[in-house]
Order: sequence, then structure tokens, then C-alpha cells
Amino acid sequence: MPVSRDDVEYVAKLARIELTEAEKNTLTSQLSSILGHIETLNELDTKGVEPTFHVLDVKNVFREDEVVPSLPVEEALKNAPARDGGFFKVPKIIE
Amino acid sequence: MVRTGKSETREPSALTAHELRGLMQSGKMTCTEVVRAVFERIDRFDQQIKAYLYLFRETALEGAAHVDEKIKRGDELGAFEGIPVALKDNLCTREGETTCASRMLKGFRAPYDATVVERLANAGAIFIGKTNLDEFAMGSSTENSAFQVTANPWDLTRVPGGSSGGSAAAVAADETIVALGSDTGGSIRQPAALCGIAGLKPTYGRVSRYGLVAFASSLDQIGPMTKDVEDLALMMTVISGKDPRDSTSAEVPVPDYASVLDRDLKGMKLGVPREYFGEGIDAEVRESVERAIDRMRECGAEIVQVSLPNTKYGIPVYYIVANAEASANLARYDGVRYGYRAPDASDTISMYEKTKRSGFGAEVKRRIMLGTYALSSGYYDAYYLKAQKVRTLFRRDFENAFAVCDALIVPTSPTPAFRIGEKTDDPLKMYLSDVYTISANLAGVPALAMPCGYSREGLPIGLQVIAKPFGELTVLRVASAYERHRGFSLRKPPLNGTKAN
Repeated sequence: MPVSRDDVEYVAKLARIELTEAEKNTLTSQLSSILGHIETLNELDTKGVEPTFHVLDVKNVFREDEVVPSLPVEEALKNAPARDGGFFKVPKIIE
Repeated sequence: MVRTGKSETREPSALTAHELRGLMQSGKMTCTEVVRAVFERIDRFDQQIKAYLYLFRETALEGAAHVDEKIKRGDELGAFEGIPVALKDNLCTREGETTCASRMLKGFRAPYDATVVERLANAGAIFIGKTNLDEFAMGSSTENSAFQVTANPWDLTRVPGGSSGGSAAAVAADETIVALGSDTGGSIRQPAALCGIAGLKPTYGRVSRYGLVAFASSLDQIGPMTKDVEDLALMMTVISGKDPRDSTSAEVPVPDYASVLDRDLKGMKLGVPREYFGEGIDAEVRESVERAIDRMRECGAEIVQVSLPNTKYGIPVYYIVANAEASANLARYDGVRYGYRAPDASDTISMYEKTKRSGFGAEVKRRIMLGTYALSSGYYDAYYLKAQKVRTLFRRDFENAFAVCDALIVPTSPTPAFRIGEKTDDPLKMYLSDVYTISANLAGVPALAMPCGYSREGLPIGLQVIAKPFGELTVLRVASAYERHRGFSLRKPPLNGTKAN
């Protein structure tokens, strides 16, 4: 199923990526071509097949519920593009 | 130059970790000499090869001096004491930057070392620097790095492969003794094959991913890239094992991987899947791998024809699963807490959108878009869920094959190294070159790439040895036996700035 330009704009919004007009054009044709190839999966009958979300047979990997040191605040903030005290600072969120 | 007791004198940077360990311990060479020799190679060749993004020159020399003191005092030495290691730049290090070859993380200083880095450090390793990769490990040529294109040391007009192209080129050019790479769809094995070195993707969960910048969490693994099989085994013993900080790491004991290196192939059954030798494979690659299989037969292995019927569906499955997982993993790069932030955004949503517009390269954006589409409402069942079901069929194919053989022998890349720029116009063409490597990631099985010959143009060709989950001993045993009986001499790249001749 070919991907439309509207699809590309919708997906870009979901992914929070601002695309240029040129990128929207290129991606529309590239995604269509790649997804066209991916549609060969429909040749396979997977009725009754369990999906593999995890190749290892691990479940419920827990640790003891005890307090251990975590990343110090200063370390966590050391790459911050903008900070205010112990907080990351960002442009306004709500109007 | 140092006399190693063999008939030729050899440059320290050209040696392996196991050779150097003996020479340093017996006082025939100092660690400082070795590290200096490695930096001399880098100073001489890396302007052309561009394997490194960042060098740890001072700390490496300090570390070497420290090792030399330990040796002089007769202290107990670590398993990897004094061995120079290069690290792919998607592995977090407190030292230097961790950029993933992306503008998004230029300047990022990781607040912790990856578990594999800690384990090697505790074993005495000396870190030389961070190597180039395709941005966020997305690519098969290292052309997607935001900063530089790494050249193949065998022919500087060709790619080293990817995404661990920097690590592969550094090992091949003796700009390090060993390196670490990561492999999600072939990113250790394909560059290893294209650069004529050895590389191992462990079983999923064998090596902790803590500190590896995530691309596709159900596929990613860190692994060694070295000049020979023994060094792969030595590195695996150091880096493997359960890590409480990676809940996907396996509770499986780590054997002494070097213990199988002197065993032979007698009585072993090696499977050759017909689907890997059909259309699309370069004639020279096929001949080279088939010659290697003949050698293995001569060494006493029984060769068994097998089938992995779903092989051709590997690319579509991989490009849905990997990209879907990537779209989730890369959502965090939003300009809020670290990395690049687009200036002058009026609100947070616009900050996210502009940050991702400028911070990510084209291939990364393409994959995030593909992954987001596949996971979006209305498409999840048709794409992601379907792909994960086909993944189960893949695992069954491997289980069926391993019921009749101990290991599979297959090619790594359909062609030797291609030219820089040759495949960049057509992303699908680039993706299709991953066909022989992705299955091992989808099934979670261990896979080792190693040299099996050279093309008529002098370019390396590599084969893969694949075994069942946690079958690293089998893979290393087969690889080591073949290495001892390969029937041709291993070459070094003709580094003088011109094409391989």
C-alpha cells in the first residue's frame, strides 16, 4: 500500500520531527518503496504463531526492594542545555 | 620493532592481544612501547582512514605507565592487562564524549561507563579512543556518520562496512589491538568481513547492554572485533555475564572461551543452508566460502545440507522490528535533558520538532518514520505484530537446523567492500545487503565473522559461523580450527594511500 504525503505528515507529527518539504517528498516515495518490500510478509501464514517479543526466556526480572544510590542530581544535570537550580529548564509547555 | 622469537621482527601494533600479553609479562616489551606504537599508527594513517572520532592519548599513556610499574613490581596482572582497546562511540564512557556519530549528541559526556567498559578496565585494558559509526548504529557502511566517513584500509575509496566501521578499520589498520563494536543487524560481522578481521555477535543476553546507547532493544548486542579468533575468546571471557543493571542479560555462567581453541573439527556436523548460496551473492564470495567449507570437510567435519526456508523474509521482518524499536528508543532525544537543543523554539513541542529536525541525519529520520508508521494505530497488527510472528518462524528454522548440525557456515556480505557513495541513493539497496547477517539477530543466536579469502581485487571476504543460543564455545571451536587450517596466508592492508593491489 503506497504511503501518501498526508501519511508522512501525520507520522512526522507523531514522531515529533519537523520535516522540510523536500524531505516530505523524498520520504513519501522511500517509505512507499520500503513498505512495499515489507508487504511480502503477507505471503506467510502466521495463524496460531506466537509473536517473539523476547528471544530469551526471562520473566519478571526483579531486584530486592531496597534503596540504593542513584545518579546524583549534579551528574544528571551536567549535560543540560538549560537548567534552573535542580531542574531542567525548557520553553513554556502550555499557552 | 621487537624480536618476538620468530624469524621476523614485528611491529607491536601489528600483534594480537594474546601475543602482547606474553611479551609484556616476560619483560620483552613495555606497555608504554605498545601504546606509543598504536598512536604512531594512528598519527600516520588516521587522517586517511578516519576511524577515530576521539582519542584518549594522555590517559592511555598514563595507564600504560601504571601497567609497566605493576609488571616491574611483579604484581598480579589482569586478564587484559595493558591491551589497547578501541571503543565504538555508542558505548558510554565517562571519559571524552559519547556522540553515536550524531549531531544530536555532540558534546555529550556520559555520566557513567558502560558495563563492558568497566569490565575491561578492571581487567587492565588501556582505552585508545572512540571510533566512528553510522549515526546511532543505523547503517551498513559508516557513511551515515554525521562527522566523517571512515575509509576501508584495504582501499580508501571503499567503505569499511557498518555500523561498526570505525572499529573494524582501526583493527584492520593496526590502529588498535582490539576493539568493541555493536551488532543489531550485522554491524559487527559485516564490517569485520569487509575489513578482513574477526568479529563476534554474542547470543542475545550474553553481554550486558548497560551503557550501550539503545537502537533496537531486542536485537542489540555488544561484541569483540579482533585480528584473530583467540582474541575474540579472550575478550568474550572478560565482557560476558549477568549484569543486574541490564535486566535482559542472561543468568548463564561464563565458560573459559579459550578452552576450545585447540580442538579440531572431527565428528562435528556443519550445516550449509541452501538459501544463503542462491541469487544475489557475488561469485567470488560464493567460491571463497565454498572453498572454506571444503577445507572444513578435509579437517574431518561432516557437511550437511540444510534449509532455512524463511531466509528471504528476514529483511522485511528486521526493518519493521528494528525500526519500530528504534522509534521508541530515539524518542528520548528531544533537547530537554542532554544533547542538542534547537535554539529559539517558542514552546516545547516546537523545540522537540526542531531539535529532531537538525539533530538527526537522514537515515535516522527515515528509520524513525518507518518505525512510527509501523507502530501507529491501525498498522500495528499488520506490520509489527506480523513481523514478530515471522520472527518466531525464523527461530524455528534455526532450531530445526541445529537439530541436525552443530553450526552453520554461511557468507557474511553478498559482496566485498563497495565504493563510498555507491549505495547511498537507494536505501532499500543498502538494506538488502544485510540479508546474511540479520537472521542471527532476529533469532538471538551467536554468530562469528572471520576472513576466508580475498577477491581478485585484493578485497577481504568473510564467512560466518553460527550456532544455537549460548553456543559461543561451538562457534569459537569451529572458527579456531578453520583458522589453523585455512590454507591461505592472512594479509595486512597495503597502507600507502593507494588502492589494494
